[in-house]
Amino acid sequence: MTRKALIEKIGFTVLGLCALSVILTLLGILWNITSNGASVINWEFITQPPREGMTQGGIFPALLGTLLVSLITVLFAVPLGMFSAIYLNEYAYQGRLVRMIRLSIRNLSGVPSIVYGLFGVALFVRVFHFGSSILSAGLTLGLLTLPWTITASEEALKTVPKSYRDGALALGATKWQAIRTNVLPYSIPGMLTGAILGLARAAGETAPILFTGAAFFIPDLPRTLFDQFMALPYHLYILSTQHQDIATVRPIAYGTALVLIALILCLNMVAVLIRYHYRKKARMAQ
Amino acid sequence: MVTIGIDKKPGTGGASNGHTVKISVKNLNFYYGPQKALDDISVEIPANQVTAFIGPSGCGKSTFLRCFNRMNETILGTRIQGTILLDGSDLYGPDIDVVEVRRRVGMVFQKSNPFPKTIFDNVAYGLRINGIKDKRKIVEIVEKSLVDSALWDEVKDRLHESALGLSGGQQQRLCIARALAVQPEVILMDEPASALDPIATQKIEDLIQKLKIKYTIVIVTHNMQQAARVSDITAFFYLGKLIEVNETALLFTRPQLKQTEDYITGRFG
Repeated sequence: MTRKALIEKIGFTVLGLCALSVILTLLGILWNITSNGASVINWEFITQPPREGMTQGGIFPALLGTLLVSLITVLFAVPLGMFSAIYLNEYAYQGRLVRMIRLSIRNLSGVPSIVYGLFGVALFVRVFHFGSSILSAGLTLGLLTLPWTITASEEALKTVPKSYRDGALALGATKWQAIRTNVLPYSIPGMLTGAILGLARAAGETAPILFTGAAFFIPDLPRTLFDQFMALPYHLYILSTQHQDIATVRPIAYGTALVLIALILCLNMVAVLIRYHYRKKARMAQ
Repeated sequence: MVTIGIDKKPGTGGASNGHTVKISVKNLNFYYGPQKALDDISVEIPANQVTAFIGPSGCGKSTFLRCFNRMNETILGTRIQGTILLDGSDLYGPDIDVVEVRRRVGMVFQKSNPFPKTIFDNVAYGLRINGIKDKRKIVEIVEKSLVDSALWDEVKDRLHESALGLSGGQQQRLCIARALAVQPEVILMDEPASALDPIATQKIEDLIQKLKIKYTIVIVTHNMQQAARVSDITAFFYLGKLIEVNETALLFTRPQLKQTEDYITGRFG
């Protein structure tokens, strides 16, 4: 074997092993959670509240709480992120100020989530008097996902060729008409995909909701957006570290983790489906 | 500086050759940031004639063309000085709506840019954004535009298929049809045939000849034979300056300046 061919072979082997180790780690985690948690999953687990000091019953309030908070997050972050991206990418003067704003947004996505939690307490709980509630937690998670949504939306807008914009403008379209009819239709799949991936990350966060609305245990389901709530990630945290009898509730903790992972997997599937749907539509136009 | 029109020095005069002036440019300067791209250009574009801009790459001819529908404004950091009059009114005047300018002065780009929509929707696009809702009227104008752009016979059975399935030459004629649909007065063409094979080029050139009956046409081309074939007036640009402009037959047979002669005979740096 020549030296070049050998180097080639070693290179590919190293790359392949790296990929394999990542996949195996993931599969290992999934197997661990599934094998330990699958036994507790049943209809009652999904639809009933916890009983007997969380050693019996289900996780329905936590599941509902996470869904409600995610809904607030989507309603808040998706439009705001998309419109900000449109402004930054299409309208704003591309000077130093916009570059700084963009850099700040990129950096915000790296800020630890506990910082968002503290900010959420200061702004939504205290200043806006939303209290410790679904609303405060949803908005806080919305802030957390905004950098992701804005960045993904800007990237999606950038993939639309300039010739689509110019072609429309040259026919007498206003800037907004050109964007609405000839840019957004082709960038919405990318925008929504980014938004959903951001949401999937937010749905699994514990720290931002810790101070802004999540509760240890609430026997009743929330009635308004200003109620406190239970959430899957926080419930999992409680069961695995704060419960007085951790060994007993371990299967329930694993079951909760499994439900949370399944939920996030569902969200990602929605992103895939949206992309598939729009791609099919785009292909039909080709 | 080259001035043209009546009572100007011989050889560079008479560019409007008896036709009314459609576009009149006076002392136009154009900058990309600090860099001057067009230097003190004055010229008159006659109505219902084909005016060709020739010159080497980077001479400013495309930049100049894009001044006529204010498309340069979409590029950051550009600046323009001087006046461009369309039928006597200043295109860059304070009360002029840029959207209206672009409706009156249509454009066909160098690289054909059909939208990823159906053939019908491509041609109807300009009508819809200009607020025409009457479906029957849209159908009528789309058909007429496709007929006028010599594309109708080739696409009439697949109007609702994607425009991206057309050949390069068909796509470019579709872009012409799309421009015609909004009923412009002037059509700017930026090297419309540069990516096309000889047969498709021939079709575009034939089309240009037909279109000048109704429209004023300004075409930028790299190809001097093309300029000689299709245009009535030719203007030669070099390094951001308008060197010479004349009736095409005269410019190519009796260029007044050595620079022009060198370029059209191919003896160029």
